[in-house]
Parts: sequence; C-alpha cells; structure tokens
Amino acid sequence: MTRGRILALAICAVLLLAVPWIIGNEFYVNMASQVLIYALFALSINMLLGYGGMVSLGHAAYLGIAGYACILATIAGYDPLTAAIFAIAVSTAAAAFFGVLSLRAPGLGFIMITLALGQIVWGVAYRANDLTGGDNGIRHPARPMPFGFDIRDAPSFYYFTLVVFLVALFFIWRFSRSPFGASLKGARDQPRRMRMLGHNVWLIRWVTFVMAGFWASVAGVLYVYYNLFLSPHAISLQQSAEILLMAILGGASTLTGPIVGAAIITLVKNVVSTYVERWNTLLGTIFVVVIIFMPYGLVPGCTQAWQRLRHRIKTRKAARAAASEPAQ
Amino acid sequence: MTTPALEVVHLSKRFGGLPATKNVSLSVMPGERRLIIGPNGAGKTTLFNLITGDLTADAGSVRLFGQELTGMPTQQRVHLGLARTYQILTLFPRERLVHNVVLSLLGLDRRRWDPWSILTANRDLYTNARTSLERVGLAEAAERIAAETSYGERRRLELAMALAQKPRLLLLDEPLAGLSQAERQTVRALLDAIPRDVTIVMIEHDMDTALAFAERITVLHYGEVIVEGTRAQVVADPRTREVYLGD
Repeated sequence: MTRGRILALAICAVLLLAVPWIIGNEFYVNMASQVLIYALFALSINMLLGYGGMVSLGHAAYLGIAGYACILATIAGYDPLTAAIFAIAVSTAAAAFFGVLSLRAPGLGFIMITLALGQIVWGVAYRANDLTGGDNGIRHPARPMPFGFDIRDAPSFYYFTLVVFLVALFFIWRFSRSPFGASLKGARDQPRRMRMLGHNVWLIRWVTFVMAGFWASVAGVLYVYYNLFLSPHAISLQQSAEILLMAILGGASTLTGPIVGAAIITLVKNVVSTYVERWNTLLGTIFVVVIIFMPYGLVPGCTQAWQRLRHRIKTRKAARAAASEPAQ
Repeated sequence: MTTPALEVVHLSKRFGGLPATKNVSLSVMPGERRLIIGPNGAGKTTLFNLITGDLTADAGSVRLFGQELTGMPTQQRVHLGLARTYQILTLFPRERLVHNVVLSLLGLDRRRWDPWSILTANRDLYTNARTSLERVGLAEAAERIAAETSYGERRRLELAMALAQKPRLLLLDEPLAGLSQAERQTVRALLDAIPRDVTIVMIEHDMDTALAFAERITVLHYGEVIVEGTRAQVVADPRTREVYLGD
C-alpha cells in the first residue's frame, strides 16, 4: 500500500468517526446512518453485478425476508441477538434457494427470474396480513441494546451502523481481492474458458449469490433497526432497482463505487426532496449525465479524469522545461 | 494391453439436420502425438468440444485413461487431466499474462474457493505461473496486459495456460493458426519440448509442422473417420488425397 493510500484511508476513517460532531443535526446524522445501510446493500448487490456480471432485480427480497423475520422473532419474544441471527439465517437460506432458481438461466433469464422472485416476496408481504400487517406494515418493538450499548439516539445508532458497515466492507474488500474473487471475475469474462480450466462456474456464481444475499440480509436487519418499521413499500421493485442504480451510478466492479452511489441517491432522495419537488427528475438527470460522460460510473470516471489531468500537467511541465533549456 | 489415453467410441452429434460427428471411433495411446486433419467443416473442433464436454454427444462415449467421461461436466474432466487450447483465442484480455496463468493454476487448486486471502499474497501461484510463462518464452511479458501483447504471444499464452495444469491429455486446436513463419518455429519447438507423459491430440492445417510432429493421423471428412494410420499410410492413401490434399 502506498503512503498516499494510507493517508487517504486515515482521513476517511477520521471523517467517518467525526460525522456526528461535524454534522450535529440529528436529522443529518440519521441520514448518514441511512447512507451506510444503503451502501451495504449496494456493496452486496455489486458482488453479483460488478464482480460476477449478474444483474439482479430482486435484491430487496433479502431486505424483506430478513426484516420481517427479525421483527416477527422479536415480537415472538426472542432476544435481539437470536432474532437477528435467525433473520439473517432465514434470509440467507432463501438466497441459497433463490440462487438455484435464478441461475437456471444466464443473462436475461437471470434478470427476469430474480425480478419474479422479488415480486413474489413483495406479494407475500403485501397479502399475508396476519403475519406482515399487509400494506400497513409492521412495527419493530424497539432498537436492541447490543452488548449493553444504548443505540436509541442518532449518534450512537450511527456508530453501531458504522461498525457493522466497516466489518462488512472489510470482508467484501478481501472477497474482491481473493482467489475466489478472481475466479468470479474470470467466470464473468470467460465462463467457457473457466470451465475448461477446471472451475465450476455455476457453483462460483451460486456461492456469490448466497454471499450477496447474506450481506443484503445484514443490511435488512439494520434497516429494520433504523426505521423500526417495515412495509411492502420498502421491498418493492423500485427499491431493488434503486439499489442496482446505486452500484451502477458509483461504478460497479469497484469497491468504493457503490458507496458513493448510495450516498448520492440517498441524499438526493431525502435531503434534496425537501427543497425540490421533482427530485425524481433530478435523480434521473444526474444518472443520465453520469452515464453519458462516465459510462463506467462515477468512481472509475473520476479516477480516469484525475489521471488525465495529472498526465496533462506533467507533459506541460516537461514541455516548459524543454522550452526553457535552449535559452540557457 | 495398456489403457488408451483417449478412447472415443461410436461418437455422434447432430446440429439439427446436419450430422457434425458421425459414428467416430478413435483411440490414442499414452504419450502418443495424434494429428487430426480434414477440410473445413469436417467436424474436428466439434470432436474436441465433445471430448471436453462443451457439447453433449447424441450417442457414443468418451473415455480418458479408461474413465468414462459421458455425462461429466467439463470442469470435472479437467480435474482428470484434460486440457485444451482454442482455435479462436479464449483468454482474459484485460488481465496481465501472469494473472491468466494464475487463473489456470487456480482451476485445479482448492484455493479457488478461498474468499479471504489476498490473491497476490499466494506467492507460490505466481512463481508457478511465471515458470510456465518462461517455458513458452514469455517471462519478460508476464506483467503485460494480455490485450496489449502480439497475436503470437497470446498463442503462446494459450499454450502456457494449458501446460501449467500439467495435463495428461492435451488437445491443441490449431496452435499455429495465424502465426508468422518465425513464430511457427518457436511454437513448434515448444510443442516438441512437451514431455512424453503428456498425450497430445492436435488439429492443424500447417502440414509441414503437423506431419513432422504426429505419429498417427486421423482424417475426418463430413464428420466421419475416413482414414487412420501412420504418417506414411495416411499420406499414401488415395482417400486422403481425394478429400484433403486435393486431386
């Protein structure tokens, strides 16, 4: 790791830790927690999209399954930790099953099957009144006290979310650099060749699908802790599409892209919408502009632009030095 | 009697109404260099695809060192010692050459399922990959991006990826296609240097190289084996001249 990188990481860490002090306002601290939760969603879908080349339109299903499972288990009287583990386990198991179904067909078939499965989960949540409260949604009794810490107020909940987020980010970063990550990217680019090299492409994709489902489930539990409420709206197709757009906007196949995308979309949705009525139009415009000028998303686009700028400055300096030489 | 390295028995495959492989049987002994020739559309590559499992045969069977391969997925066949190169380069163009070979090594390594360690920290994989690249004369190019290397270098990379797996049976699909005369010499020398514990079946149109390389030759025509034998037998056979060498 270069010194510049370490410095950048340190600055990021300090900024993330200082968010509640810098912002102060409770509304915006809560917004920061939301950004982190959505960033985790976007990171999880990016395991499929960016590294695996699989477009899922049903990722909100895991938010739903984990969320409802967590609420129902808590209402049933289980302690928060058991409820959370139960919720994540159920939802990950669902991902394992959905993965088997979705990976029957690659490409367009995969998109359509994930879309259908997402809609089925939404439909069940909408119709199963006795269990989910239907359209009215269902309340989560209260935020838990993980290891005795009170996370009811905005700053402490932010820190709780930050810890979970950083742990997830670390795992996903390792994943993206690991031999398995390399196999996954290989399977994305040349599936046939990968089989001929001895890789089980189907299994690689399925394992990734389950891992992505796992992290989405973790985000789902956080979502419920944050809102203390879950309704079918939160797991609609629009939600799935938004998570997907976050990853694409920021730059799929990069680690930081989905985080940037999640921040932009969450902020436009929540902050700008208080001032601008047509925030959806604004979001659409941002998306179109970014895709036109940076087809691979913001993070790769900006990195490229920065490198070009540095290159230009360097060549200009070199040219100036060359021009001044004959004068001596 | 020794078990053949590759035994193809009554293999058939149709694409719609078109028979691509018709009742093909052949048997290649361990260590043998076998050449498969035939005009365009004779079903040579289809035969390779049936052996590797990229295509499923309609009838017949394939055995690798006595092990039945029918119904087995491609990657499992690779684990039994099967490797191939492609006529149309099939590489990871955006990756460095060494990474291409590392992916090949990972294919047979349990670590391919490891989602935790950092790939580049697995030094032995990279050392092995570099050794394989050195073997085909690409040691200097190891850090270059595959898409930015010459066609000849990429052909050799294909070979390095196949050889890195230490296969028992190697299928070479036109390893000399599109190469210059000088590059042909290089690749030819590389092929000659492959040890005899690797059995090789090769499709090739460059007759000079191919005939010099192979001990036995199978001639395919419209999906059928029409002649098989030693170099001299096949070249002397009138049917070979008829379908392949022209009249």
